[in-house]
Amino acid sequence: MEKIYLDHASAMPVDARVLKFAERYLKEVFGNPSSLHSAGLEAKRAIEDSRKKVAELINAENETCIVFTSGATESNNLAIKGTALRNMGKGKKVAASAIEHISVLNPLKELQKNGFELTLIPVDSTGQVDIEKLKAILSKDTTVTSIMCANNEIGTIQPIKKISEIVHENGLYLHVDATAAGGRIPIDVQNDGIDLLTLSSNDMYGPQGAGALYVKPGVKLQTILPGGGQERGLRSGTENLFAVAGMGEAARIAKHEMDQESKRLIGIRDKLMDEILKIEKSYLTGHRTQRLPHHVSFRFSGIEGESILLNMDMVHHIQVSTGSACTSRTLEPSHVLLAIGLKHEEAHGSLVLTLGRSNNIEQVPTVATAVKQTVGRLRELSPL
Amino acid sequence: MADIGYSQKVLEHFMNPKNVGNIENPDGYGKVGNPVCGDLMEMYIRVENDIITDIKFKTFGCGSAIATSSMVTELAKGKHIDEAMKITRNDVADELDGLPPKKMHCSNLAADALQAAIKDYKKRKGAE
Repeated sequence: MEKIYLDHASAMPVDARVLKFAERYLKEVFGNPSSLHSAGLEAKRAIEDSRKKVAELINAENETCIVFTSGATESNNLAIKGTALRNMGKGKKVAASAIEHISVLNPLKELQKNGFELTLIPVDSTGQVDIEKLKAILSKDTTVTSIMCANNEIGTIQPIKKISEIVHENGLYLHVDATAAGGRIPIDVQNDGIDLLTLSSNDMYGPQGAGALYVKPGVKLQTILPGGGQERGLRSGTENLFAVAGMGEAARIAKHEMDQESKRLIGIRDKLMDEILKIEKSYLTGHRTQRLPHHVSFRFSGIEGESILLNMDMVHHIQVSTGSACTSRTLEPSHVLLAIGLKHEEAHGSLVLTLGRSNNIEQVPTVATAVKQTVGRLRELSPL
Repeated sequence: MADIGYSQKVLEHFMNPKNVGNIENPDGYGKVGNPVCGDLMEMYIRVENDIITDIKFKTFGCGSAIATSSMVTELAKGKHIDEAMKITRNDVADELDGLPPKKMHCSNLAADALQAAIKDYKKRKGAE
């Protein structure tokens, strides 16, 4: 039976073209980019070529705005702690939406433990930031406000340009976590007024182990990883040559194919949405239209998400994700689902499907039938 | 055991749970857990001469919640109520070749549900 992978928000395969491009940086080119000899220079060229491609994906002012990191978690940590600590003289307040990824929330909580004041901005039932509350919360001494471009669990896209205007009227810097959105929807850091932006390599078909932080010219931040002073002193450590080179190529392909691919994915997404919502007591989570092209998510009453995941995998050979407590390390249901107003018992029964290049519209009936059978079987077992 | 997922036995019981359903006018009924926490189990028993002759369950919860429910019904069926009362959470987990550590407490309520059903049976009998 054919496997259908629908968990691209968790991990993605490396695109074959990316692998082909970057393979030589594992096999033939191995110099240290900091070395001055020809082997080092060749590695250095690969890094700089990648920097240019990543800058072009998000229309950065120039390639020196891009800092390579080990991934989205490190980029988020650098953006938040790096700006908050560097700008302590201006204030010790930080803010973020209530549905940020844990790699944004936890560095913020660490700052809170060290004397910073953290405020979380509520979202509405679709997951969009409450603009009035945002205005009310921010003040001159709010040095960094972190709002994700799009959410990985409910797919909702934020009105970043509008948010940027408010942040800059009231606070200092806007950090945007674009891990889920990068390479999927157009991002223009200059037009959208973004100060810091997180990107992940693997979330756009690049190798795992690389990420980037865009830093707008003039934004003041300090390193959180001191050492040999690579990446303009902002991120020490010898560059992960293969992953960084691959990330650049992945960014180039994503930019080139985005329009066409997002149209194709929206077609599949909306058909899945229509078919799955025919199931009794099924509900969409997140925004219906302002959502990522490859993302569709639901909740079903009376059943639990981990059981949905297991049944989909074992019976139907379809890999999915859930915000269920049972799949988290903390055994708490997803903070995102609670933030959009779901009760605990409602948040347990969620299903997240994220599409990729391997998926096609012909798979929709198979997936919809599998979800229907899974929900039906688990409801037969359930006393609710 | 390393936390790398479920044993084959857990998965078998999740896929093909035994004794699913409910019993009309049961001799004992137990309910444990809470949907707010993500686990809710209902256990029904039929008892003749203090022997559990039939047992059924309904469970809302994760894979291990369903597998432990199924396993406890298998362990209890045909047993004297005093023997069945001695079945512990650890017995259920052992019979399933172990549970991931974090599941040992939250989703291993099936023995509790069985004990609640037996207590209910004894209470009803005492009241007769």
